[in-house]
Amino acid sequence: MSAPFPQADVTVIGGGHAGLCAAISAAREGASVTLLESAPLAMRGGNSRHTRNLRARHDGPAVTLTGSYDAEEYFQDLLRVTQGATDEALARLTIDESASLLCWLSDLGVHFQPALSGTLNLSRTNAFFLGGGCALMNTLYEVAETAGVAVFYDAEVIALEMEAGCCRSLTVRYAGATHTLDTSSVVAASGGFQANDAWMRDVWGEAADNFLIRGTPYNRGLVLRALLDGGAAAVGDPQQCHAVAIDARAPKYDGGIVSRLDCVPFGIVVNRAGQRFYDEGEDFWPKRYAIWGRLVAQQPDQIAFAIVDHKVRDNFMPSVYPPVEADSIEALAAAIDVPADTLQATVSGYNAAVQAGDYDPDALDGCRTQGLSPDKTHWALALDEPPYLAYPLRPGITFTYLGVKVDARARVLMSDGQPSENVYAAGEIMAGNVLGKGYCAGTGMTIGGVFGRIAGREAACLTR
Amino acid sequence: MPDALTLRDTTAEAVQMLTVCNACRYCEGYCAVFQDLSHYRKVEAQDIDYFANLCHHCTACLHACQYKPPHEFGIDIPRALTATREQSYADYAWPKPAGDLFANHGVIASVVTAVCLTLVLGMTMWLNPAAAETHTGPGAFYAVIPHGVMAATGLVTFSYGLLAMFVSALRYGRSIGVRSGDVFNYANLLRTTHAIASMRHLGGGHGDGCNETDAAYTNRRRYFHQATMWGFLLCFAATCVATIYELGLGRLSPFPYTSLPVVLGSLGGLGLLLGPAGLAWLRWRRDDPTSPMDWSLLLMLFTISLTGFALMLWRETSWMGALLAVHLGFVLAFFLTLPYGKFVHGIYRGVALIKFARDNP
Repeated sequence: MSAPFPQADVTVIGGGHAGLCAAISAAREGASVTLLESAPLAMRGGNSRHTRNLRARHDGPAVTLTGSYDAEEYFQDLLRVTQGATDEALARLTIDESASLLCWLSDLGVHFQPALSGTLNLSRTNAFFLGGGCALMNTLYEVAETAGVAVFYDAEVIALEMEAGCCRSLTVRYAGATHTLDTSSVVAASGGFQANDAWMRDVWGEAADNFLIRGTPYNRGLVLRALLDGGAAAVGDPQQCHAVAIDARAPKYDGGIVSRLDCVPFGIVVNRAGQRFYDEGEDFWPKRYAIWGRLVAQQPDQIAFAIVDHKVRDNFMPSVYPPVEADSIEALAAAIDVPADTLQATVSGYNAAVQAGDYDPDALDGCRTQGLSPDKTHWALALDEPPYLAYPLRPGITFTYLGVKVDARARVLMSDGQPSENVYAAGEIMAGNVLGKGYCAGTGMTIGGVFGRIAGREAACLTR
Repeated sequence: MPDALTLRDTTAEAVQMLTVCNACRYCEGYCAVFQDLSHYRKVEAQDIDYFANLCHHCTACLHACQYKPPHEFGIDIPRALTATREQSYADYAWPKPAGDLFANHGVIASVVTAVCLTLVLGMTMWLNPAAAETHTGPGAFYAVIPHGVMAATGLVTFSYGLLAMFVSALRYGRSIGVRSGDVFNYANLLRTTHAIASMRHLGGGHGDGCNETDAAYTNRRRYFHQATMWGFLLCFAATCVATIYELGLGRLSPFPYTSLPVVLGSLGGLGLLLGPAGLAWLRWRRDDPTSPMDWSLLLMLFTISLTGFALMLWRETSWMGALLAVHLGFVLAFFLTLPYGKFVHGIYRGVALIKFARDNP
């Protein structure tokens, strides 16, 4: 069946931040652009709708950013979190271009605001979108449509016809039918595969059934699969992903920011057997929350419980779901279905191991335990003031890191090392080039914006 | 008036939604609601009347919301706070039973207007055979309606409106925790006055304005609202100056076209034609869940201005008597319904902004 879409020079797959930056940038280069977004209008924007900031290099105060954040410091931050699992050339390119990305977005009419309350130490490094990711998407969609980009919602690309590193047509499911769309060039900006249950189960086994997906249910990885099957070189480990510990009561998809819990450093975390398994006070929560998704994923049934007592309950951001409360550890154990004797033993052992110190929730304080395995190394106070509060934790997956390899022109590299003739990639589908593991707040949006702009420009130039 | 169960439901819904907002905080840069919300550990039912009157239904937060319908959280703060805001108008009304009037403000405003028009027009024409004649020069209006009658009627009805709104403001302020010291505080007053005068919050936090029918920002509503507010204040000023002229300087209306009362009143009148017409146009275009209350206020302000201009233009003809009666009929109806319609939003919002200024120095 012939496509209802207009014949375009550039087809952008995915209407999140990366896709829109690509579409706008291609349209401004004079190309005709069709953008295919798999979500309906109301849920457009992929994971970008849940984001709130991007990390940008700046030599002096810029937009809402204070002080300066130079390329080297940015790179070192990236190196630390990825433990070297990054393509240095692409990482440095991302960092260099992040400064102009910020100005470009600002010129398009994107509004920024100072760092939000409850975001520790990000006002210097991260520029926050006023109103968050949906507001950013609203502005970018408006700019794209004004620039002549033809946007189609509920349009899911399910296959790419690849031949010798070249894509000449796409298969699109749209309005209840399957269509073939011919194109001169393609920008793949369709995200990871975290919302694809079957693929996640292939990678994680049955544990995947207990994962919550923090973002869009539309990132099913079909384009990523098609590219890899079509000969694109893969980058990243399929198990690597941005996984945080979130409230177990959050919805399966799209829970977004409000499902987060900030209570972990202020109490203890036990598994369903009632036992601790990691140092809850290793570092400030914003620096640690992204490792706890994986930690909880490794526990039986992929569930854990953060337990705090009354005296620290106001030390962390309010949660959207109320805590389970009880006046004794036994009653709490019953309420969360954890063996009471084990939990009591864990709490007693922990309380006995707490050393005297000056508690300070805003500093790496001297409050720790001694002789436990594992010890809690900061903010360790005895759990002794009822009511006791429990928050159930599950792994919350933001996005997967497995992607296609790209070069500095955002061209998809084929398994023979040669760049694709006309397929470009931007955003989470290629973020693994820069983020092999770990995470540095706001980097995903920077990669999406930088490579989106490059991909759009390159794809447009190809058709000249 | 909604029964107790509905009332609890709307408040409970607003509490639930704001609890989600407080865990998200993405909208912190938009308006006072979200800036102040970040100081709350837990949103309680008793906080809702305050937030409800800080919200001005600009819908910026709705357009930016990742949890808006069809998301299963279904967050829609403008709708939730509009429902509780309208409930708060009824709850704090004075005297208390008059709160029921809000629910049918449109109907009541129409009936009151009709009665006032009939009374003023009928009595004028019936009691005063000279009303249909041409009168010119100082004191011409009082040849139609005696000065004492006009002044007494206006004074009594307007004073009643002011008193009712003053008592409501006191009750509302006490309920949300505003003390007299907060009101008589230079810094609080300055910031509140500035926020109202500039309609800062209708600027959307970035100055580009709020949303209307779609995700695009526009300052239209801010400007039309400013025209309405400044128009009203200029007309009020014109009335005050005219009163000083008449009682203090012994000069009787109608005043010359170039006199201060007429110039102020004409400028204000233009604002009251343009502003309400614009606001009604914007409201008509967007799918707005708010009650018909603002329609009646907008229509009344527009009509008062229109009849005022008609009176000014034809005041030297034999139509003057009828035009004066019609104009005064509308003014009288406006005064009588003042404390039980959309006009009160300015009062409650002002009090809420004082608390906001106090808590967000």
